[in-house]
Amino acid sequence: MTSLNVLLLFAALLFCVGLLGILIRRSLIVILMCLELMLAAAMLNLVAFNRYHLDETGLPATSLSIFIFFIIAVAAAEAALGLAIVTAIYKQKKNLNLNELNSLRDC
Amino acid sequence: MNLNPWLLLLIPLLSSLTIWWLLSATKSAVAAWFSTVSSVACLLIVIGLNQAEELGAYAFNWIEIDNLVLSIGLMLDSTALKMMLIVTGIGTLVNLFSTIYMAKDEHAARYYASLSLFLFSMTGIVLADNFIMMFIFWELVGLSSYLLIGHWFTKDSAANAAKKAFLMNRIGDFGFLIGILLVWVMAGTFHFDQLATMLQDKPAQIASLGAITLACLFCGALGKSAQFPLHTWLADAMEGPTPVSALIHAATMVAAGIYMLFRFQLSLGHDIAEMIFHTWAGTMIAYLGAATAVIAALCALAQSDIKKILAYSTLSQLGYMVMAIGLGFKGGEAAMFHLYTHAWFKALLFLGAGAIIYRCHHQQDIWKMGGLAKRMPITALCFIIGSAALMAIPIVTSGSYSKEQILEVVHHENIILFWVAIFVASLTVFYTLRLVIVVFSGFSRNDDSSDAKEAPIAMLVPLIILAVLAIISGLPKIAKILAPAYHEHPIVFNFVFISSTIAILIGAIAAFIIYKGKQREPLYLPVLKKAFGFDFLYEVFLVRWIQRFMAGLCQVIDQFLISAVIVNGLARLTAYIGQGLRQMHRGQLALYHLLLSAGMVVLIYLFVFA
Repeated sequence: MTSLNVLLLFAALLFCVGLLGILIRRSLIVILMCLELMLAAAMLNLVAFNRYHLDETGLPATSLSIFIFFIIAVAAAEAALGLAIVTAIYKQKKNLNLNELNSLRDC
Repeated sequence: MNLNPWLLLLIPLLSSLTIWWLLSATKSAVAAWFSTVSSVACLLIVIGLNQAEELGAYAFNWIEIDNLVLSIGLMLDSTALKMMLIVTGIGTLVNLFSTIYMAKDEHAARYYASLSLFLFSMTGIVLADNFIMMFIFWELVGLSSYLLIGHWFTKDSAANAAKKAFLMNRIGDFGFLIGILLVWVMAGTFHFDQLATMLQDKPAQIASLGAITLACLFCGALGKSAQFPLHTWLADAMEGPTPVSALIHAATMVAAGIYMLFRFQLSLGHDIAEMIFHTWAGTMIAYLGAATAVIAALCALAQSDIKKILAYSTLSQLGYMVMAIGLGFKGGEAAMFHLYTHAWFKALLFLGAGAIIYRCHHQQDIWKMGGLAKRMPITALCFIIGSAALMAIPIVTSGSYSKEQILEVVHHENIILFWVAIFVASLTVFYTLRLVIVVFSGFSRNDDSSDAKEAPIAMLVPLIILAVLAIISGLPKIAKILAPAYHEHPIVFNFVFISSTIAILIGAIAAFIIYKGKQREPLYLPVLKKAFGFDFLYEVFLVRWIQRFMAGLCQVIDQFLISAVIVNGLARLTAYIGQGLRQMHRGQLALYHLLLSAGMVVLIYLFVFA
């Protein structure tokens, strides 16, 4: 069985990949995907803690796993909303390059 | 007759307020009679009080802090009551005179309101029983003088003269206030009737503080009685209506300085007063008085405005009084006696001048008058009687009695000042005769004076009353009844009498030789005409520099502190901060995200590891 540290390291790596993706990439779709990646990393953390945190009966605590389902549901809703916004922007601007989506800037 | 002395203050105050608020819209004649009646009422009360046996007025304590007690009360000794006779007597006559003189003035109501206010404040000075109360009324007198000089304030010269008089008086009053506080430090009381007892066993305080206290108190007299170097306001004050000049700037207000010093002297008692007045301060007072007397008499020689001549002669006579009072207790009595005779004959001269000006279409230049003795004989006679009193023609005029007394004291105390006084006496005769000869003899030199006729009866009545007083008020029998602080002083044919008579003769002969039958000013005296250029000197060396300094100070504060630092500084600071913050908002999502992440990292570090 892999140790908790390995799992946490993997989750941190995943998070950093998502973060870097957001910082570096210019396409809105990719940024949305990276956002999901970071969310997944956070969920992975919770799963790992759930697996290694046993209660007094020797079984994993259920309270944490319930949270994961909540987050999956919220992430699905958020992804739907994000995709809707991206589609709307594309419809209007015919362009998803972040560097050119700056019409609110005054100069 | 049981009269409440407080009425003396209440009646003029109520009269002033009533005229100010209720009668200003009505015809000025109503205000005139209202004011006249109230002053007559005051005069009657004063006469009643002078005959009363026992006097006492309710006094109340205004401020009590520990042993500092300030009361508002009345001092009803014979000096004060007889001084009140002069104030209300001349006040009444001037009011009567004004009913004609100011009849055509549209704003006469304001004039009478100020006149009543003056009567109120002057009564306050005379009857005050402590220095603080006196100071309050002292300032009120300055205010009413300001209002009356500036009565025709639409004329620039009148407005400026009023301002000048007020400011000059304020300079003096500053010293006066310090003097009053020094009295407190020295004696521990402000009350006149406690001064002597409080100082009895404090010889050390008297020795250390007496002279400086006197000098500071004298500053008040310096302003109010227009002594050198603050004398320049009085000649300008002639911009006011002539009856006002008679009442305020000749007879009563300018005498307040003398009265205050004498009151101080009187309340110190003979011995302590001699101690304090025989110091450098007393000598300084005497010399400043003498200087004023000489300077003013010289200035009077060269003036052509009839009122200015009288103004400078007033200054000169006030200088006489101040000189006498600086020489000690005897001098103080002599000064008060001269104040009393001078008040009557100088009021007479000013009212006479007012009648002449009134009948000469407000022409004030003596070289444009002439031959008025034939046209207005009664006025001329009264004026000449007044002039004789001013010249101090021996025995027959009141002025001679008082002046003789002053000369006697000065001769006894200080021989230099005595010769100065004799010189001034000679000059007085010279310029007075010049005025009389030019105005009354010969022929009229100008259209303004060619159709002059006798003054109306309401003007003549005050003139005749004052003329009678100008002759008899110096007689010992009359003076005993009327004069404040009078001690009989018979005329002796001694050295002093002879030298003053010779001085009078010299002045008279010189005036006759130089001015008899002249059509134009025969002497050319530009320096004297400009009054030694004191106004110019003050303008160049004081007013201008003070104004520049104040302007510079204002500029520094305005430009550097308020404008540069506070207003523009704050605006620039906000702009710079805004510019700096704007650099972050470039519309790059990645940058925002980077900052957000960095912030998160910092926060996590702080929460978890720190």
